[in-house]
Amino acid sequence: MSQDQRTESAPGGAASEGEREALLQIEGLRTWFHTEEGIAKAVDGVTYTVRKGETLGVVGESGCGKSVTALSVMQLVPTPPGKFEGGRILFRGEDLLEKNLEEMQKIRGNDIAMIFQEPMSALNPVYTVGDQIMETVMLHQGLDKAAARERAIDMLKRVGIPSPEQRVDEYPHQLSGGMRQRVMIAIAMACDPALLIADEPTTALDVTIQAQILNLMRELQEQEGMSMLLITHDLGVVAETAHHVAVMYAGKVVEYSEVNELFARPHHPYTIGLFRSLPDLASEGERLNTIPGIVPSAFNFPSGCRFRTRCPIATERCAAEEPPLVPLEEGAEHTVACHHLKEALEL
Amino acid sequence: MSTERSTPMIEVKDLRKWFPIHAGVLSRRVGEVKAVDGVSFNVGRKETLSIVGESGCGKTTAGRALLRLIEPTGGSALYRSTPDAAPVDLFQLSQEEMRARRDDLQIIFQDPYGSLNPRITVGNAIGEPLAVRGIAEGSELQDRVEELLKLVGLRPEVANRYPHEFSGGQRQRVGIARALALRPKLIVCDEAVSALDVSIQAQVINLLKDLQDEFNLSYIFIAHDLSVVRYISDRVAVMYLGRIVETGETKQIFDDPQHPYTKALLSAIPSPDPSKRSELIPLTGDVPSPINPPAGCHFHTRCAVAEERCRESYPESVDLGAGHSASCHLLS
Ligand SMILES: Nc1ncnc2c1ncn2[C@@H]1O[C@H](COP(=O)(O)OP(=O)(O)OP(=O)(O)O)[C@@H](O)[C@H]1O
Ligand SMILES: Nc1ncnc2c1ncn2[C@@H]1O[C@H](COP(=O)(O)OP(=O)(O)OP(=O)(O)O)[C@@H](O)[C@H]1O
Ligand code: SF4
Ligand code: SF4
Ligand SMILES: [Mg+2]
Ligand SMILES: [Mg+2]
Repeated sequence: MSQDQRTESAPGGAASEGEREALLQIEGLRTWFHTEEGIAKAVDGVTYTVRKGETLGVVGESGCGKSVTALSVMQLVPTPPGKFEGGRILFRGEDLLEKNLEEMQKIRGNDIAMIFQEPMSALNPVYTVGDQIMETVMLHQGLDKAAARERAIDMLKRVGIPSPEQRVDEYPHQLSGGMRQRVMIAIAMACDPALLIADEPTTALDVTIQAQILNLMRELQEQEGMSMLLITHDLGVVAETAHHVAVMYAGKVVEYSEVNELFARPHHPYTIGLFRSLPDLASEGERLNTIPGIVPSAFNFPSGCRFRTRCPIATERCAAEEPPLVPLEEGAEHTVACHHLKEALEL
Repeated sequence: MSTERSTPMIEVKDLRKWFPIHAGVLSRRVGEVKAVDGVSFNVGRKETLSIVGESGCGKTTAGRALLRLIEPTGGSALYRSTPDAAPVDLFQLSQEEMRARRDDLQIIFQDPYGSLNPRITVGNAIGEPLAVRGIAEGSELQDRVEELLKLVGLRPEVANRYPHEFSGGQRQRVGIARALALRPKLIVCDEAVSALDVSIQAQVINLLKDLQDEFNLSYIFIAHDLSVVRYISDRVAVMYLGRIVETGETKQIFDDPQHPYTKALLSAIPSPDPSKRSELIPLTGDVPSPINPPAGCHFHTRCAVAEERCRESYPESVDLGAGHSASCHLLS
């Protein structure tokens, strides 16, 4: 692992020199669900960028719209009830929301791959792991059966599965959780995607296996120069792997920054609260800081700033006006959506 | 946190739980899963003992067997309801007697979604143990339920609501309120905060600590998140394939781990500080099957410093002083 690659972009608010080109740009994306109970504004103005060869970590509490944003990129949101209500998803400069089904299928197989939150349910239990990798490469890369099998074994080897020649003919239930997640990665990587979306790829795993998988993903990223969108609620995982971080709250990005900068100088009251609730950072015997209250429902977000019901420094302005996501200072890469940044820094 | 180590509240010795494996049309017994295979530990009054280890190492099984929610295969568990009380072996009690003891010994489960009946209001779920035992009824029962809801930071009005109307953190609070209804002495918290968001997790952890102070509760805290364990525990037991491989004060385990498995486990924790980024040192390979554990030291198939003798004999537990002990040949 090369340390330099991940710490290349200089800390500090300003966009660093030699900044990498954007691969995926989500701008003001809105994905709503129209249900009997009303409209769930699951994703309601999400803006973030994934650069070439970099990892963007997306964090935020359960239900804040992390997965729905990713599924929107893949165009895998069930419609109905889901509906795109606005925004753009630019991949290599082209808006994915304007692609037809056939074009999208091609992109999904070849350019963007996704690892899902549930490794067991994402693998088909009645096919061998080899069949599942072979299917992908035969469909998308036009390999014949023999070549696809070779490719499957090669992929299993690359993700560190021992005796791949034997494992290729096994069924998902014969593998441990860690191995199944490796198989998922092998399938996702089989077509050399430019962007890998990993939705909580290690949440169901032990720390030991998680460490294996995180190292593997880093290695593959370096070898292939692939970009990664890593969704997690584990700030430790983000600190270990991401170059940039988007913090989401209630369907929106509330803060976006280079990783070292964000951990050193979080600005949004939600981000600050999130860091403070980590047991790691509390000293012995000290009470943990908590963010009072609960995440508001997607059916009924508060007016103005959606964090105001839990924010210790909320004012009347916060209820009346929605804070836009703006650069900390002119030209800065670090963006924050809060009316009271000065007060927030004193938190 | 003060602990009375002289007379532990619970002394578990050589706890075993083997699950039979049946095979073939006749369902013949062909072997067993030694899920918990000779585990000993003590829990003091007002003490939190955490049990950590990879998935499948037997943490849940140990917790459930202790409360006899599943019948232990062997061992003993001496319980003293007060420091002066004569100890009773929980494993020797009849089902009937054990049921009465369970008022003292409660459990909170991992899944805040699955552990509450969706058709029962949370008020009834919390009041049920009190009603069943005839401890309270009518308006008195209602008062007790409201008091319990307030204790865990929920508004009393929510008593009439159903579980689906609650968030994960709120449901976990309901589970805690239910466990507290009978004023237990010990609560086994099996991954009680694992499914919660960071900010909600912090609320529940603070709550558990407050309740411990208020009611002198003891906890057996089962978790895979080691940063939470470090924060909440007085002592930690590290399990591997059905056995405890190292145990000690939280500080000893985290700052001065002695067993190679403990060291590996700790080095795999991602640090929430990007400036301290370092190569995570993963353990190679997966946990071997408990049906057929490796001979000698169970850990030798993954241990970076294993020697010849590790393949031959299981290492004795070595007393490292001050309550710290570990089972590794290199320490003896
Ligand atoms: N098919 C659907 N119909 C209605 N609402 C939905 C649907 N899918 C998701 N939602 C809602 O959208 C919101 C965002 O969900 P999403 O899965 O993106 O959250 P998340 O940030 O990934 O959370 P988690 O960390 O729990 O995975 C939630 O309120 C969820 O209930
Ligand atoms: N009812 C059962 N019948 C057979 N085997 C079982 C049974 N319950 C558990 N086991 C086995 O016993 C071992 C220990 O399981 P246990 O659930 O106690 O592990 P754990 O440490 O709690 O793991 P996790 O972290 O995944 O919850 C596992 O190998 C499991 O498959
Ligand atoms: S805009 Fe207001 S309520 Fe929102 S985070 Fe900032 S201070 Fe808090
Ligand atoms: S006994 Fe041997 S194999 Fe086991 S932990 Fe110690 S050194 Fe490693
Ligand atoms: Mg999700
Ligand atoms: Mg368990």
